Amino acid sequence: MRRNLAPFMFLLPVAIMFGTFVLWPISRSIYLSFFKWDGLGDMAWVGVANYVKLFTGDPDFWLSVTNNVRWLIASLLGPVLGLLLALFVSQPIAGMRAARSLFFLPFVLSAVVIGLVFSLVYDPYNGVLNTILGSVGISRFAPLSDANAATYAIIVASLWPTIAFCMVVYLTGLTNLNSEVIEAARMDGAGGGVLLTRIVLPQLSPATSIAFTVTIIGALRSFDLIAVMTKGGPYGSSKVLAYLVYEETITNYKIGYGAAIAVVLLVLTSAYTGLFLARSSKMGR
Amino acid sequence: MSLGLFPAPIASGRSRRIYTIVLWASLAIWLLPLLAIIATSLRGADDIARGNYWGLPTQWKFVENYLTVFTNTPLLQYAFNSAVIVVVVIVGCLTISSMAGFAFAAYRFAFDKLMFVLLVAGNFVPSQVLMVPVRELMIGLGLYDTIWALILFHMAFHAGFCTLFMRNFIRELPHELLEAARVDGASELRIFLTIVLPMVRPALAALAVLLFTFVWNDYFWALVLVQDVSAQPITTGLQAVSGQWVTAWHLVSAGSIIAAVPPVVVFFLMQRQLVQGLTLGAVKG
Repeated sequence: MRRNLAPFMFLLPVAIMFGTFVLWPISRSIYLSFFKWDGLGDMAWVGVANYVKLFTGDPDFWLSVTNNVRWLIASLLGPVLGLLLALFVSQPIAGMRAARSLFFLPFVLSAVVIGLVFSLVYDPYNGVLNTILGSVGISRFAPLSDANAATYAIIVASLWPTIAFCMVVYLTGLTNLNSEVIEAARMDGAGGGVLLTRIVLPQLSPATSIAFTVTIIGALRSFDLIAVMTKGGPYGSSKVLAYLVYEETITNYKIGYGAAIAVVLLVLTSAYTGLFLARSSKMGR
Repeated sequence: MSLGLFPAPIASGRSRRIYTIVLWASLAIWLLPLLAIIATSLRGADDIARGNYWGLPTQWKFVENYLTVFTNTPLLQYAFNSAVIVVVVIVGCLTISSMAGFAFAAYRFAFDKLMFVLLVAGNFVPSQVLMVPVRELMIGLGLYDTIWALILFHMAFHAGFCTLFMRNFIRELPHELLEAARVDGASELRIFLTIVLPMVRPALAALAVLLFTFVWNDYFWALVLVQDVSAQPITTGLQAVSGQWVTAWHLVSAGSIIAAVPPVVVFFLMQRQLVQGLTLGAVKG
């Protein structure tokens, strides 16, 4: 193989696959968002009408955005609790490796399994939640059937694998700490709190960056748990943008409109991706 | 001593014993939802009907429940579909990604930075923006509603992340080896096959575990690209089955455990590789 042709030959399969199934679809969706189309009949050019309707005349859109914001804020707990968990499981005792693996377990479960597991937890008659509430005298409560609580109930379920993921990211960060600096600080009499905030946390910033970025982008993209646990209900109160795209496209046959929502979602996640890429190339790859 | 570690190891023996108890208790609470599902899958229908979820089971129906799930539902077919999809995706994706990773790591060529950024950014794209066009493509290719639709898509989509990972890994390899082989007159293909590939086995192992988890647990694309029982993977299959069995929690739980077991087993067998995979590829940049 010629030296100057080689890189292109090696790159070709990925270029074809990725170009066909990821890059082309993005541009096609952007294109579709300027049309009104039910997928079967003719496509009608409507310019930016879909976007205008979205921002000015669609309460579902704003409800979904609000829920995405709730997801975003709540997801910030992921890295925080993940760090605490990582610190918690950092003692050199027997069986610690097994304990860590078990804490990580939720990450390898699928959304369907997590959704079913938490549906059982939230079951108003026999779930863990109501059993505990009942034992302290609080009356029965079905979070997934409550329009005010459903989104939060799903977010709690999503934090289970998220915290596990952040824990692993921080565990790796903790193994790469500069022990000389810590030792010197301890000799100088620094206590745990000061050590954590002034010395350890700054050294953990690559891990923190990853933990927050993945978690935040995940919160913006969340779909599976909502589809499995509530299908956007009750009364559409738990919808998020990703689910709205699915509903408008598949259930309501509004291809163009769904594409417009998807493009909005793309812009939001691209903003974060851009921030992350800029920051990580500044940190020196 | 371990002054340079953070957090500091607990010194006193009594504190260590208390810590160990707290650790395992926390783990039990952390995994409580999963333990509840496992326990529920062992119960008989009578217990479920009478609401006996937390007491000792009056009937031990371990074998019967799981057998019922296998014989009365297509869950076995679903699991088989998932297995085929996962294996083909892993082999295909790792092949094309190691080639592409080699291309980025070993050569400088026109637009290499741009192409690489596209591959990385593609990771963070929300699936919904790809939904309609990918479906159009699969229908056009005659692959809609077959496992090949899922195989091709996952191979293409995950190639982005896998290429990034392989490129980072290959960059760390000693390039003198490659140069020496070139001087000896070896073709680029031979260099790739005989020198690079054997040295990247740990990276391939890490990616294989990650791919297994992501592809086995995928729900959204199974929902979008496949309807027929003969082609459905276990995620949407389990969701469909539990929709039919709304109150039969013992059977739904058994189905969930069956769906959850393969990634859990793969995870425990290959933990080291999985953790390396999650953090190496991400932290390195």
